[in-house]
Amino acid sequence: MRDRMLAFAGALVVAGVVASLGLVAVEGQTQVTRAPAAAARPYTPPRTADGKPDLQGVYDTSTLTPLERPTADVHMTDEEAKRVEAQTAARRERASLPSNASRQAPPVGGDGSSGAAGNVGGYNNFWIDSGDTVVVINGRPRTSIVVDPPDGRIPRAARTAGRGFAPAAAVAPTSDAAENVVTAARGAYDNPEQRPLGERCLMGFGSTSGPPALPVLYNNFKQIVQTPEHVMILTEMNHDVRIVRMNQPHRPKSIRMWLGDPVGHWEGDTLVVDTTNFTEKTRYGGSSPDLHVVERFSRLDDKTLLYRFTVEDPGPNSPWSKPWSGEYTWRLAAPDDHLYEYACHEGNYALGDILRGERLLEKEAEEAAKQR
Amino acid sequence: MREGLNRVMLGMAAASAVALVALTALPVSGQAQAPAYRSPRTADGKPNLNGIWQANNEANYDLQSHMARPAMQLRAGPFGPLPAANVLALGAVGAVPPGPGVVEGDEIPYLPAALAQKKKNQENWATSDPEVKCYLPGVPRANYMPYPFQIFQSASAIFMAYEYAGAVRNIYLKDPGPAPVDSWMGQSVARWEGETLIIDVKGFNDQSWFDRSGNFHSEALHVVERYTRIQPDVLNYEATIEDPKTFSRPWKISMPLYRRLDRGAQIMDFKCVEFVEELMYGQYRKKPLSP
Repeated sequence: MRDRMLAFAGALVVAGVVASLGLVAVEGQTQVTRAPAAAARPYTPPRTADGKPDLQGVYDTSTLTPLERPTADVHMTDEEAKRVEAQTAARRERASLPSNASRQAPPVGGDGSSGAAGNVGGYNNFWIDSGDTVVVINGRPRTSIVVDPPDGRIPRAARTAGRGFAPAAAVAPTSDAAENVVTAARGAYDNPEQRPLGERCLMGFGSTSGPPALPVLYNNFKQIVQTPEHVMILTEMNHDVRIVRMNQPHRPKSIRMWLGDPVGHWEGDTLVVDTTNFTEKTRYGGSSPDLHVVERFSRLDDKTLLYRFTVEDPGPNSPWSKPWSGEYTWRLAAPDDHLYEYACHEGNYALGDILRGERLLEKEAEEAAKQR
Repeated sequence: MREGLNRVMLGMAAASAVALVALTALPVSGQAQAPAYRSPRTADGKPNLNGIWQANNEANYDLQSHMARPAMQLRAGPFGPLPAANVLALGAVGAVPPGPGVVEGDEIPYLPAALAQKKKNQENWATSDPEVKCYLPGVPRANYMPYPFQIFQSASAIFMAYEYAGAVRNIYLKDPGPAPVDSWMGQSVARWEGETLIIDVKGFNDQSWFDRSGNFHSEALHVVERYTRIQPDVLNYEATIEDPKTFSRPWKISMPLYRRLDRGAQIMDFKCVEFVEELMYGQYRKKPLSP
């Protein structure tokens, strides 16, 4: 996933997205501090039977817009957006062509490529569903999900800067680890607990459930159901449910949840969800259980939901130098589009085989050493 | 397919006729009485099923009436059955509590080959019951496992979130057509009939079980569920089970589901996948733990 993001970011640079830094900073700031972007275009969302804005539906959260951006401007032109989308479509079309029946077997150990379809080939194009379009807000295409800081980069604290998502040795990858994260750390294959949460089928990869909920390689659907006392947010991968209790205080600190303890309230037509009480297991971006995420859900129009989030870790070991924010759109899925049962653990032959394969390699190495 | 559908509809029509009678006069099974209780309504005028519900019975151990047993998996002992070696350490905690049963008529009408399979399942419970491996529970089992579940009901959606394994069901209010793929939890389509929510569930795989006694089904399983509020904090739950590959006729279970009134009741995390990793993958650790 990360590789795909980087590849996409590279494509943007090639596409020649150039912008004035000064202008961008102002623009980015404005996006964060102003009222919801919908303010520019007055829209009155439909109401539920009890009079609240109706956010319900099945949404597709996939997008070609990456989390972070290497370029200055949070916006791209319509032409640039079209080019990015056309390039993606063309690449997918090429990848969907029937394979050459007389091709050679891949070299032992893979062909050196990485990513979901890299190495010996985890997936072919059929499985990949990471969006066809870039995020468009107020009619303007976006170059990144991160909008604050205005440079579109996550403000990593000095100790993690440059380390990216690479896990420290003997520490299991975090909830936002990519599905195909390469854990070269020593001992990364010694125990199931050291494998990524996605590989273990404990959660989806890439922070798909969140919070913050981020778009990933496939199965990007979400479902929202509202009752007077709760808002239920389902993430397709791994059928993870967040039950937002409306107008309630947080649970005591003794009750911690994989996806945190979400409580909500309405600010005008915007649903604000405040989530704390995380476990030490998810560690989004290397955060502590003190992670605090505030999300804002509002409708831009009948088919589009604006999802905004601010992330902070007030703990002493925060991976970030300051809070940061992002926003992107969730698009109402077509009526005939299904949300599928993501039964991951039930068919998880990979985790056992990955560990078993490593034991086999160790045994082979041991025997080879004996013969020498 | 079409023929099956017709049979289903006839079955449902018959079932609803029975329910109508039940509502006015007859006692609903499992309940002392079924007065003509009118459920509080949601804002759009439907019986309000929102809440956190849970069964309080022994159905997950064994759907049928049964006396207490030493364990879920047994071996022959010199004076009668004893806990099998692989569950011995659990002692009284691993015993099967007795239950009056939730099957109407108490008989599960297995076809002969299926009955043999059921017995085999039971004899090899620890390695065969999908619950042991934290697999998705299927329907109706999800509703009477010893964990709560929450119903989210709005004018446009009904959704069920189960604590066990974080299982979920989206309940379609409009039939989307045949399930695109078989699944553990099936495809649910609901309609209202007076006080009762009727959910038709199809599109199952053949992997889930009904209880810890090896009761099972094939991918031809078709479940028709009926949810009726009969008291402020009680739902009557019925499920008609049809699977011509496994049973000689449809059969029915029924039980009350109770609202969780506990202070602070909520659906909490029971991500049991984590808890079965040692069982499923412990042997592949670099240094397997000592037995």
